[in-house]
Amino acid sequence: MFGKRTLSVGTLILLLALVMTACMAPQAAPAGEQAAPSGEQAQASGGKLEVFSWWTSGGEAAALQALFDVYSAQYPNVEIINATVAGGGGSAARPVLQTRLAGGDVPDTWQVHPGYELLGQYVEPGYVEPVTSLYQEEGWEAVVPEALRAMMTKDGELYQVTVGVHRGNGFWYNKKLLAENGIEIGATLSVDEFFTIAEQLKAAGVTPLCVGDSGIWASAQLFENTLLGVIGPERYNGLWDGSVRFDEPDVKQAMEVYGRMLDYQNDDHAALSWDQAVKKLMDGGCAFNSMGDWAYGEFVNAGKVDNEDFGWVSHPGTDGSFMIVADGFVLGNGAPNRENTINWLRVIGGKEAQEAFNPLKGSICARTDCDRAKFGPYHNWSMDSFAKDALVPTVVHGSAAPADFQQALNDAVTVFVVDKNVDAFANALVAAAQSSGFGR
Amino acid sequence: MTTASTDSTPAVRTASVETRRWRLSETMQTVLLLLPSIVALAIFVYVFISFTFWVSLSNWRTLKVDLSLREPLFATYGELFAMARWQADLRNTFVFTVFFIAFAVTLGLTLAVMLDRHLAGHHVFRNIFLFPYALSFVVTGVVWRWIFNPETGLNLLFELLGMNHLLAQIGMGPLRPGWITDPTVVAQVNGILAAVLPGAESWQVRWGIPLAMIPVAIAATWQLSGFVMALYLGGMATISDEVREAARIDGAGEFQIYHRVIIPMLRPVTISVVVILLHVSLKIFDLVYTMAGVGPGFATDVPAIFVFEQMFKATRYNLGSAAAIIMLVLVALVIVPYLASTLKEES
Repeated sequence: MFGKRTLSVGTLILLLALVMTACMAPQAAPAGEQAAPSGEQAQASGGKLEVFSWWTSGGEAAALQALFDVYSAQYPNVEIINATVAGGGGSAARPVLQTRLAGGDVPDTWQVHPGYELLGQYVEPGYVEPVTSLYQEEGWEAVVPEALRAMMTKDGELYQVTVGVHRGNGFWYNKKLLAENGIEIGATLSVDEFFTIAEQLKAAGVTPLCVGDSGIWASAQLFENTLLGVIGPERYNGLWDGSVRFDEPDVKQAMEVYGRMLDYQNDDHAALSWDQAVKKLMDGGCAFNSMGDWAYGEFVNAGKVDNEDFGWVSHPGTDGSFMIVADGFVLGNGAPNRENTINWLRVIGGKEAQEAFNPLKGSICARTDCDRAKFGPYHNWSMDSFAKDALVPTVVHGSAAPADFQQALNDAVTVFVVDKNVDAFANALVAAAQSSGFGR
Repeated sequence: MTTASTDSTPAVRTASVETRRWRLSETMQTVLLLLPSIVALAIFVYVFISFTFWVSLSNWRTLKVDLSLREPLFATYGELFAMARWQADLRNTFVFTVFFIAFAVTLGLTLAVMLDRHLAGHHVFRNIFLFPYALSFVVTGVVWRWIFNPETGLNLLFELLGMNHLLAQIGMGPLRPGWITDPTVVAQVNGILAAVLPGAESWQVRWGIPLAMIPVAIAATWQLSGFVMALYLGGMATISDEVREAARIDGAGEFQIYHRVIIPMLRPVTISVVVILLHVSLKIFDLVYTMAGVGPGFATDVPAIFVFEQMFKATRYNLGSAAAIIMLVLVALVIVPYLASTLKEES
């Protein structure tokens, strides 16, 4: 018989062997896989593609899946790695992305907003590669509006492919509630008209405006829309190139108007999130809500009918402007699967993918030639606006100014909502614009 | 040490020579065994603290790493302390710490005394009181967010109990506090501070008690008072019954026994409790973040949320690092004297 010692040594050797084979096996497999296809064409038709985004909630996830489906139909052998990080507006995803970029672990492609977020955060440090040649090959320059392209261009090179565009300056209302109070909203709404109606509603015991600013960006967005409405698109654009200061009289007047609007907001605004505020509007808890058209999805999901239960206009005074809140993807500099990523961008810039994606996401195509029959009445209205109106960048969603200004704006709004001090608000924004490097 | 070496006899010395080789190798062994931890600790704690400190002095303000030093040195710290938000954070931490520790120690001690008297079912209650400690702060935050939501939770309970009806009958307005959404700061002391401290009049923040912070302190108390109770119960178990007997013979009543004898004897436990709770409250993030966020007008913002937002949302890495270093200093101010005194006692 074997001695105790021999047995234990034998067991050890066996264990070691097991562990070693276990460690070797997964390493051996991909090596074999990579060796099999030869030539560039074959490489492109296989391998992997990592797509980094923060689209995890119902409609968003479905829309992302639609993009994947269109891509997989054309490139069936590419394995898509869906690297999503949950959290509204990318609040949790962006830290992860930043860490990965700083550590050199670049995803093939990731979700990005055009404007400053793209050009300042990713293009400037060299994290992304230009995709100008794709625009030329695919003829996208003819179908993507120039103002949008300008938000993705630096030194003559384009850096992003945009899949969908949200309109940020929406003003939603509870049609039935307004009708009960004898109010009907026309095609547009001016600032003065809004205050007349708000006063009338208040007198009737109805809360005029719903805000859900437990995430303060929702109130910052109300301010951004009001700012656009009061000073107009040209002056608004001037804020971001330094030609207009935040303490000029018209900007301060916009802050006053914003403060007056806050006087008409619901008492529990700080306890609600933006979607709960929309819910409150649907339930008749208030008449108006200023929000981008992702709110439209909330109405539809709740079974509300366009132009019957609820209606929309541009945020007071912003008729003729389109606040762009767009989503797109980039080509990571050093992307492990470069060829697959370029094909991904080629697919999502195309008509087929955008027509599949946008109805689910609740946005409109970044290209102007999508089939309008695939979209409902609201989005057709939004497409009209996209085609003819002045396109302006959102600051709340990262397009108009650097991230640190965005944070400073949120902080200043947090204080303003409580103390309504216009001078302090203006001074804070002037200082923040200077420290961010675009203000004077 | 010196007396020991002069007193040692030659016999002992020979013995030590004989075992020196073995002893040396034992020391070597100790060093070798400890080395991995020491290296890991040095890298992952002290190197990173130093790195954070360096970043706080640097120009790093975008996604691109920039470790060049900012001129003048410590400019970022000046900027930090000039920020209204940071001032509010310091105020909130202070207020939260005071309320939280007062509530948690009082409640924990009360529970411990009650259970110590071996009331019926005290085993069951001990576990029930300890359960919240097993929960994650995030869970506590979400639950208490609903309890202190002005539209649901407590206010709804007031309404259902008919309290507002009752108040209306005696001619008073309804009881409908805003809880975590209330931006009010009561007991403002800016005037007093400005009179005492030079430069205080330039502070932008209202020094006082932000009302929204109190519900947060209540939630934290709910979670940690069971833990405080357990520590006190442990302390009470070490006090022998003879002490109580003696006090009783001296004519002390039950209240006096606790007031004059037991609680003073529990002083070391109280110190540990306060130190543990202090560092919890200085570092708190998850509970506040999930329950109240930054709050209206930064009524519930705390330094840890500030650090997170400045670093990862605003990409102001130098400012976030500066705030993190200040947090470290605050915690060190609490922990270091405690550790020093414990080490002194041990030696």
